[in-house]
Amino acid sequence: MTWEHFRHEADIGVRGIGATREEAFAEAAVALTAVVTDPATVRPREAVPVQCEAPDDELLLVDWLNALIYEMAVRHCLFSRFEVAIGGGRLDATAWGEPVDVARHRPAVEVKGATYTELAVRRLPDGRWLAQCVVDV
Amino acid sequence: MDLSQLERLSEYAWRVPPRGGMRVPAVLYADRGLMEAMDDKVLEQICNVAGLPGIVKAAYAMPDAHWGYGFPIGGVAAFDPDQGGVVSAGGVGFDISCGVRTLHTGLAVAEVMARQERLAERLFQVIPAGVGSTGRIHLDEARMDEMLAGGAAWAVAQGWGRPEDLERIEEGGRMSGAKPEEVSARAKHRQRNEMGTLGSGNHYLEVQKIAEIYDPAVARRFGLEQDQVVVSIHCGSRGLGHQIGTEFLKEMAVAARQHGISLPDRELACAPIHSDTGQRYLGAMRAAINCALANRQILTQLTRDVFDEIFPGTTLDLLYDVSHNTCKVETHEVDGQKRRLYVHRKGATRAFGPGHPDLPPALRDAGQPVLIGGSMGTASYVLAGTADSETLAFSSACHGAGRAMSRHQATRRWRGRKLVDDLAGHGILVRSPSMRGVAEEAPGAYKDVSAVVEAAERAGLARRVARLEPLVCIKG
Repeated sequence: MTWEHFRHEADIGVRGIGATREEAFAEAAVALTAVVTDPATVRPREAVPVQCEAPDDELLLVDWLNALIYEMAVRHCLFSRFEVAIGGGRLDATAWGEPVDVARHRPAVEVKGATYTELAVRRLPDGRWLAQCVVDV
Repeated sequence: MDLSQLERLSEYAWRVPPRGGMRVPAVLYADRGLMEAMDDKVLEQICNVAGLPGIVKAAYAMPDAHWGYGFPIGGVAAFDPDQGGVVSAGGVGFDISCGVRTLHTGLAVAEVMARQERLAERLFQVIPAGVGSTGRIHLDEARMDEMLAGGAAWAVAQGWGRPEDLERIEEGGRMSGAKPEEVSARAKHRQRNEMGTLGSGNHYLEVQKIAEIYDPAVARRFGLEQDQVVVSIHCGSRGLGHQIGTEFLKEMAVAARQHGISLPDRELACAPIHSDTGQRYLGAMRAAINCALANRQILTQLTRDVFDEIFPGTTLDLLYDVSHNTCKVETHEVDGQKRRLYVHRKGATRAFGPGHPDLPPALRDAGQPVLIGGSMGTASYVLAGTADSETLAFSSACHGAGRAMSRHQATRRWRGRKLVDDLAGHGILVRSPSMRGVAEEAPGAYKDVSAVVEAAERAGLARRVARLEPLVCIKG
């Protein structure tokens, strides 16, 4: 399981890679947090349930990241640990995190929304799953 | 960008004739250097826009255009509702009505520099900026709806600002046709504690000196004098606009399919203006414009309070307030006929020329002030709309410098702390809750705003009036 950022001219791409689709979604969520702060500084103290539904995997990824962006915004929270279950076009997840602590997290930027740009959810030749898109900051 | 596919109309204008699915040509305004530096994606995106139903005349890219979502940032396109024209959430963008306003301080540079440190500290304390910051204003459901319907006019009625501010704001400070009931509960929830906050990323409040005057007559009309100080505020509709953009992008992707509109890029998601989704989006988007106008109005009052404390008696009169990410109904002349069109400007500024009836009387003969935000440490500009801009690009001009490199590249190249120290060495005080945020917004990560502005002037989109240089920068 791993995550990374990829280049976009004005914004930033988030990419998760995992053994399963669920792991790739969870890693993409870590990449999302890493746009704001170092995920290692975020303590997984509170659990927040997240659900979404979409007609395909790619739209589900955008919905998942947008649901997290919404929870981050209204709870003034950051998340660092994710458990994701996907079935029948539905995602059920738990995100663990804590309220933003400006001194400790030194958050760089707010994420406005996940976009359809460079959006992909697919299996890699080595069998692992990739989940990615560009987020607007 | 590979320029071989483009016809060169002039030194500062390039055209792609209709091909493939394009219904109209695409026209890009920039000099050769800016064009060559533009990402190929800009060309692909502006050509995609040219293929949308009901588009009129051409799809335009401004000199600061860069790779966006569906539409390029710096894209302008107008649609005729009676010819199947569409409204696009991607054509407006996530940060609805993000914009800039500039305030006169009436102070000379020397007066401000004598209190520069204290001014920077107080502004940083009073202006909520950065991730997780909240304002002191908390809106319940009823007041939220009043704000969404009333915009800056609502804010003034609540005591944030003065009635005379309103005529210096597009739409008189209140966008009509807003439908707060079309704004989702989630969008309103996201905004509840965010009124009067700057946000993060490229949003800022700057105290600036007027470093150079290019057009003394128009500068006088705008109240700008060399070595005087102004304040510019760049921010938008905060979480509410972002949430509306997110929700309608999804809904419009479905609506486009239902209306038989094939999209080369999902991000071009749109709906016919004459459709339920189109009308609901317009109502919500206009409410978000009001949210942005109210937000900048509240921040204006907070700024006035700080100035009055440090420089008693200053009034900080508003020069003008422009919005960058909008879709507005405007009358434009096309082939000799006046038509009501839905003009999308995404990362582009409206730039009405002299005599336009929507300009306030005091500015009408000079043309609309076009406020161009630079990056921290470089320059910003005040331009004036031209008569030619109407024919060139539905009275539109550029909006800023545009990024030249990604955030990731910027953080690898610069350290925030060092940038702040270096800028302080040049007499510019930067205050920000995030040093990484400062690095991501490093001046060198942006294109040369002067080249962008010069190209806009040479292309005829707007004329330079004054250059502004920062003295204090509060970064979100």
